[in-house]
Amino acid sequence: MTDDAPDAQRRRLLIATTSAVGGLGLVAGSVPFVCALRPSRSAEVAAAPVEVDLKTLREGEQLTVQWRGQPICVLRRSAADQARLLADQAGLADPDSRESSQPPYVDPRLRSRRPDIFVVTALCTHLGCIPSLDTATTNQGYLCPCHGSRFDLAGRVYRGQPAPLNLAVPPYHFKGESLLVIGSDGEGVA
Amino acid sequence: MRDREPGWLERRLPIGAFWRRHLSDYRVPRNLNVFYLFGSLLLSILALQVLTGLWLLFGYEPTVKGAFASVQLFMREVPFGWLIRYLHAVGASALFVCLYLHLLRGLLYGSYRAPRELVWSFGVLLYLLLLAQAFFGYLLPWGQLSYWGAQVSLGAIEALPLVGPTLADLLRGGVVPSDATLRRFQALHVVGLPLLILALVSLHVVALRQAGSNNPEGDERDVSGAAGVPFHPYLTLKDLCGLAVFLLVFLAVVLLAPDLGGLVLEPANQQPADPLVTPAHIAPPWYLAPFYALLRAVPSKAGGLGLAALAIALLFVLPWLDRSPVRSVRRKAWPARLGLYLACLAFVALGVLGVVALTDGRLLLARLAAGVYFIGLLGMPWYSRLGRPRTPAESRS
Repeated sequence: MTDDAPDAQRRRLLIATTSAVGGLGLVAGSVPFVCALRPSRSAEVAAAPVEVDLKTLREGEQLTVQWRGQPICVLRRSAADQARLLADQAGLADPDSRESSQPPYVDPRLRSRRPDIFVVTALCTHLGCIPSLDTATTNQGYLCPCHGSRFDLAGRVYRGQPAPLNLAVPPYHFKGESLLVIGSDGEGVA
Repeated sequence: MRDREPGWLERRLPIGAFWRRHLSDYRVPRNLNVFYLFGSLLLSILALQVLTGLWLLFGYEPTVKGAFASVQLFMREVPFGWLIRYLHAVGASALFVCLYLHLLRGLLYGSYRAPRELVWSFGVLLYLLLLAQAFFGYLLPWGQLSYWGAQVSLGAIEALPLVGPTLADLLRGGVVPSDATLRRFQALHVVGLPLLILALVSLHVVALRQAGSNNPEGDERDVSGAAGVPFHPYLTLKDLCGLAVFLLVFLAVVLLAPDLGGLVLEPANQQPADPLVTPAHIAPPWYLAPFYALLRAVPSKAGGLGLAALAIALLFVLPWLDRSPVRSVRRKAWPARLGLYLACLAFVALGVLGVVALTDGRLLLARLAAGVYFIGLLGMPWYSRLGRPRTPAESRS
């Protein structure tokens, strides 16, 4: 099979086309195997939105639900809390939430769709511990038990804390006055 | 290319030397026919079984409560899960189809004769290991036939003299198939036996390369001359063509009739195992049918098992039973040819009789076939010497 054989060119063409077709077959054959590694339908169902009834949630109270295995905190803030969040911007690392992750329909300062109901992913942006509501101190907010990062009642981190970013806000919407749906943007929002 | 100075990689890892020694410079007889495709096909199927088995393991749960559901979930919920399971299940049957044809090739052309006795014995041992592998894998989906098949087979193991009861208990890890059984069978099916099979495949191939390939004429020939061709590209491309044709048939079964009328996946195994209800008809998978027919043909538990064991044991010593001066059936004298054909035919007949339901007439036929098989093998040292072998010219005409 030397190159000066009369049909060397034809052989090269045959080898190239055979390899191409065989390669296509291998790629097509690998599709089911790659697809089978994607999350199964039951895993997708487990990631479905979660509904929370807000009727029993009183002012100043917080409840925690799981969505996609993450703790989501829902807090009803009083009018005084809201006023303080809008007034006290000093000491915050990113008061207008430019760096942090939240859906576009969330107010950048109150970081909520509705001023009273605050929904937040309770995972510290430092190393992923769960910050808890810190009602003992005078300036109410969240405190992470692991490395002491402090956040205000809108999940905004104070300056000089180990955590670099404000707490993340998950997608959510309201169905009527007192039903919260976590994990879905609701209709009409891209 | 061969004259070039070896490069950086080649001086450290002799890939090129390996390629030349085992592929491009390794020569085989030029008259290898279609029967010689099955060796490489078996390797391909084995690779496919490893791949699909790995994927099945991602979704499998080895517990009495979860096993059946986890397999069903894998088929329904995991994208293409059905395809991967069917490839694995049909693959097991395809493996045995190719294995039996590979075995038949060896029998017909005398590939078991000196100097290839070890190639043959390793091959028969591989056959046994693959049967064990299929047995362990069959329990894992935890269907009705999985459970009762294991129950019956473990009962058979229990009937072995001396070691039987202990061995059955060790395999089962309890009095009935349970969580412990599932975990043991899974470990053996996924780790233990595949490693052994891999080691034996290597020994089988290394021993074959030492002796070189036999050929349909069964003669010793100088393959360095015109009688031989390099393995690559001649045989590699031929094997690839064989693989393409095989995949066409195999995928047609997988995609169009994955249970093949109950022959590959039995309807009874679509129900979860129930220790309180035995299915109406428990037959082993088709590849065990000849031995099952032997069990049914003998009116004694130990006798039937002993006969089935003897049927395989005789294959091991076949290289020393055959005393014909020539290897291939193409050149053997008529008594040796007749004996070999009849023994093969009897084995196939036993296979068919092991699949169909038992009647008086069929019982008689099974006993007849068993007799022909054993006389064919045990009488070989005597009848294979009779008559005059054909000359090469006569065999070709």
